[in-house]
Amino acid sequence: MRKYSVFAIAREAMRAHKGWEAQWTSPEPRSSYDVIIVGAGGHGLGAAYYLAKEHGITNIAVIEKGWLGGGNTGRNTTIIRSNYLYEESMDIYEHSLKLWEGLSQDLNYNVMYSPRGVMMLSHNIHDQQSFKRHINANRLYGIDNEWMTPEQAKAFVPVLDISKTARYPINGAALQRRGGTARHDAVAWGFARAAADRGVHIIQNCEVTGIRRGTGGEVQGVETSKGFIGAKKIGVSAAGHSSVVMEMAGVRVPLASNPLQALVSEPMKPIFPCVVMSNTVHAYISQSDKGELVIGAGTDQYNSYSQTGGLQIITHTLDAICELFPMFRRVKMMRQWGGITDNTPDRSPIQGVTPVPGLFVNCGWGTGGFKATPGSANLFAHLIAKGEPHKLAAGLTLDRFRTGRLIDEAAAAAVAH
Amino acid sequence: MLLIHCPYCEEDRSELEFRWAGEAHVVRPENIAAISDEEFAEFFFLRNNEKGLTYERWRHIHGCGRFFNAARDTVSDRFLMTYKAGLPKQPLPVAEKFAAIAEEKSVETWEQTEGDAR
Ligand SMILES: Cc1cc2nc3c(=O)[nH]c(=O)nc-3n(C[C@H](O)[C@H](O)[C@H](O)COP(=O)(O)OP(=O)(O)OC[C@H]3O[C@@H](n4cnc5c(N)ncnc54)[C@H](O)[C@@H]3O)c2cc1C
Ligand SMILES: [Zn+2]
Repeated sequence: MRKYSVFAIAREAMRAHKGWEAQWTSPEPRSSYDVIIVGAGGHGLGAAYYLAKEHGITNIAVIEKGWLGGGNTGRNTTIIRSNYLYEESMDIYEHSLKLWEGLSQDLNYNVMYSPRGVMMLSHNIHDQQSFKRHINANRLYGIDNEWMTPEQAKAFVPVLDISKTARYPINGAALQRRGGTARHDAVAWGFARAAADRGVHIIQNCEVTGIRRGTGGEVQGVETSKGFIGAKKIGVSAAGHSSVVMEMAGVRVPLASNPLQALVSEPMKPIFPCVVMSNTVHAYISQSDKGELVIGAGTDQYNSYSQTGGLQIITHTLDAICELFPMFRRVKMMRQWGGITDNTPDRSPIQGVTPVPGLFVNCGWGTGGFKATPGSANLFAHLIAKGEPHKLAAGLTLDRFRTGRLIDEAAAAAVAH
Repeated sequence: MLLIHCPYCEEDRSELEFRWAGEAHVVRPENIAAISDEEFAEFFFLRNNEKGLTYERWRHIHGCGRFFNAARDTVSDRFLMTYKAGLPKQPLPVAEKFAAIAEEKSVETWEQTEGDAR
């Protein structure tokens, strides 16, 4: 792999950019691998990268039914933060945030991680108490998060309406300054390039249709649209389709697949300095480096694999956006789309071993797993290599739904993410 | 937004009037205190999450207020039928089966278009 650098740009500028090489290859699958990962989203590609980099396992295939990064990785609103309430969550999201900070250098790929700050608006006394509880828990755990008065919030985001007569009045906000955004596609591409460089096969347009098991119940490989491919270990990281893939091995996982939508506006000059989230009135907004307002809406109430969603859901979000930021009322929306998110009963992810020997799962990231991409991938690689979870992910087991040791972020935060 | 047929009101109404209420025909064990943790997890947390035909409950919360059951295709989101609560799982009417197959081919979801566009 030829390194990207300012010198490479200068060199290519002088020869009409004819020397750039493909970022990854598209090989035909081998008959078997040491490890197969199902799903070439950021989590799956990242796991392959860290398996190669940190655990010396390079005979890996990442198998993807569509194109890499075409799932939720390429469809999300890229909010990154780590100010969750419970230790299990703080452990993995903070591990991830630390990796974000060095990811562009590590991958030699600009993932455009931008710690511009994530602000969560508080609208009532319940929000205030809950946010302060989060802030205290975070700070005791060494994670930055601070309380702001409405005036301080307005100084940070000048377009915010903090007047007392606002339809959704604000009584304060929580700000995580290290939170922010990153370029979603670049995350998938950067991991793909770095993994392929270490010998990982990325096999696109190849759907996994079955999981073959031996006499002892252990995995032997996967049936795919390109035929059978053998493997001693299989890691499933298929987001909205995780329960469908796990079912192929006879393992049931507590997931509900729901559409989640986002939309972007026409591009504008820089106007919005950070990320603002309001869980109470349901609005998530930031501005991309292209100038588009990036807006996240809610999930549909029913299970679906349609990759689309109801118009009333985005209308509801735009209603809140227009009330919080009256000057955006005349902005035109350009595109809208949906992704299928995999939601667990306690709204926390599942990463761990399964009852099937050799089968590992990473799923349930639901509406909030982009921020976790490097951290989750890193710990998933550890799990696959060692056969047991890293201590930072030890609480995320599938077994917690039997033992009752839930990680109840949803109830505590009252949010989707 | 979905258009849903309430089998009590016998009308097609907008989704805004309804609340989704999870998988249908999940039976609470009669001896709930005696069952194992595995069985409890199964009853309490594990759902089919089908890709394709699913049986689910809805409640006409801003209408008659009643729960009922529905069969829906989770790929096209098309309702195949709705029926009253308390009835056992209903087989799909034959015509609906064919319609469902035709629908699967005609509805432009990612699964049918980009997903297969090699
Ligand atoms: C609209 C929207 C907004 C969001 N906003 C945020 C946000 O602001 N912040 C945040 O942190 N998170 C957000 N999320 C959630 C986040 O996008 C996901 O949690 C995360 O990207 C999941 O990454 P992944 O790599 O696991 O999944 P994906 O990128 O979806 O990858 C899974 C891959 O598996 C493939 N696959 C599935 N079945 C098979 C099969 N049988 N064979 C082969 N391949 C298969 C799929 O095609 C897919 O490419 C949002 C999600 C959506 C939809
Ligand atoms: Zn009714």
